[in-house]
Amino acid sequence: MKNNASPSGSNDDIIIIENVHKKFGRVIALTDVSLTVKRGEVCLIFGPSGGGKSTLLRCINHLETVDSGRIIVDGIPLTEAKENIDQVRAEVGIVFQLFHLFPHLTSLENVTLAQKVVRKRNPEEAEEIARALLERVHIPEKADAYPGQLSGGQKQRVAIARSLAMNPKIMLFDEPTSALDPEMIKEVLDVMLDLCEEGMTMVVVSHEMGFAKAAADKMVFLSDGRIVEEGSVQEIFENPKTPRTRAFLDQILS
Amino acid sequence: MGVTTEVKRKRPGLIPWGGDLSRLPWWVLVVLLVFTAGVYAILTNRHWEAAFEFALTGVQLTLILSLSSFGIALVVGLLAGLGQLSRNIVFRNLSMLYVQVIRGIPIIVQLYFVAFVIMPVVVDAINNFGGTLQAIEPLTNFGISLANLELRDIKMMYRAIGGLAVAYGAFEAEVFRAGIESIERGQMEAARSLGMNYVQAMRHIILPQAIRVVLPPLGNDFISMLKDSSLAMVLAVRELTQVSQLHRARTFRSWESMGTAALLYLMLTLSLSFLVKSMERRMAVEK
Repeated sequence: MKNNASPSGSNDDIIIIENVHKKFGRVIALTDVSLTVKRGEVCLIFGPSGGGKSTLLRCINHLETVDSGRIIVDGIPLTEAKENIDQVRAEVGIVFQLFHLFPHLTSLENVTLAQKVVRKRNPEEAEEIARALLERVHIPEKADAYPGQLSGGQKQRVAIARSLAMNPKIMLFDEPTSALDPEMIKEVLDVMLDLCEEGMTMVVVSHEMGFAKAAADKMVFLSDGRIVEEGSVQEIFENPKTPRTRAFLDQILS
Repeated sequence: MGVTTEVKRKRPGLIPWGGDLSRLPWWVLVVLLVFTAGVYAILTNRHWEAAFEFALTGVQLTLILSLSSFGIALVVGLLAGLGQLSRNIVFRNLSMLYVQVIRGIPIIVQLYFVAFVIMPVVVDAINNFGGTLQAIEPLTNFGISLANLELRDIKMMYRAIGGLAVAYGAFEAEVFRAGIESIERGQMEAARSLGMNYVQAMRHIILPQAIRVVLPPLGNDFISMLKDSSLAMVLAVRELTQVSQLHRARTFRSWESMGTAALLYLMLTLSLSFLVKSMERRMAVEK
């Protein structure tokens, strides 16, 4: 299951995060966080809630700004990309915990809208792409359903299709299965596994350790706004360096 | 799911509301009765008939006045509503200032103010502008007509529309602001994360959802506007209230002239509020 799209040289670092600090008022969200993700890599971020996982992910898409430090996505430093930030965002898809589908549009329209508005594709082309994507996430029959008529798992899969329609180079997942009933988690994880087999670069905030073992190239333990430990799946699971990581893993795996 | 014990009620087939007289909308019956009495009086009594015919000449202006003022107020309100949420310091503070100041001044004072203070200033400005245009060869004629514009050329009707639109723009701004704020933040973030810019996200994602939320309050405000258009009578606009008042002054038939005016206003507002109610009901079903 593991994706081994061979990285060649440091030019393949598609996300570079350097010494990022971020505060919300007095609350410190991120302290001196540095992380690189290679093209085609699947990076899984885990850690206690309030530890800064979502904030870090949202910074990569510039939904949050950083106080200091740099984030470079596909060679473009986000802090200096004020004018073309929309272009950068279109290259980076994000899937939210609570889906955030557009409730006034059908599944199909959810997937076609940004293609037409941002990518300037003509309606026929956009619809063709959208139908193919809905097929890929296994819900072609729900094309004309509104989000209100879908189950949580179906909504999340439409949300994934909506992001993929922009042909992103990177996909970010912010706890994509945390709001789902247990029986729906698998259908979403399956779609994500398909994606990483196709070589998509993914940064995933999740506590699905089954997914981590099957797909992740790298795991990052984030707590209190700091990266406590970073390593391969094997290193983290079999030989965590810090007691903090071990304690957390014991908690969620038991 | 679960055990439900259904209690079958006796329902005599004759009366559909279950024979419970307390649930009858008695107030509707009263309204209908009053309307019938009014219509009967107009058809049979010549004083009522005269008052009615005279009042009718004002209904058209009342409708034009409220519709055009409200139309402009919607545009102003949308801009000011978006302005209040804007990150641009100038735009935001201008919108806040407009809304807070206008909402704190009685509409009737605003009407006088727009008609007799603002309009002269505007006309002066237009005159000056026309003067400069005269110097430009191809625009000379247009320039002359602007330079010769006089205050009295601007009918009281237009000044009233301006005044009402300014006044109601502030209320609609609050309605739009609340409507946009009621859409959860994730919608904007999802739209932006797909690469849409602020304007695209507003147009395709936020506003279409906000419109559904604001339609009922907008409808209610239009009903208020219809009633407040009567304030235009202080500018001698011959709308419904003004002509009824004229008729009263001429004939001393207060009961007939004010009665018809009230009846006509009620007919308009009640049918509109019925419309708003059904709109609200439809929204509740869709949610």
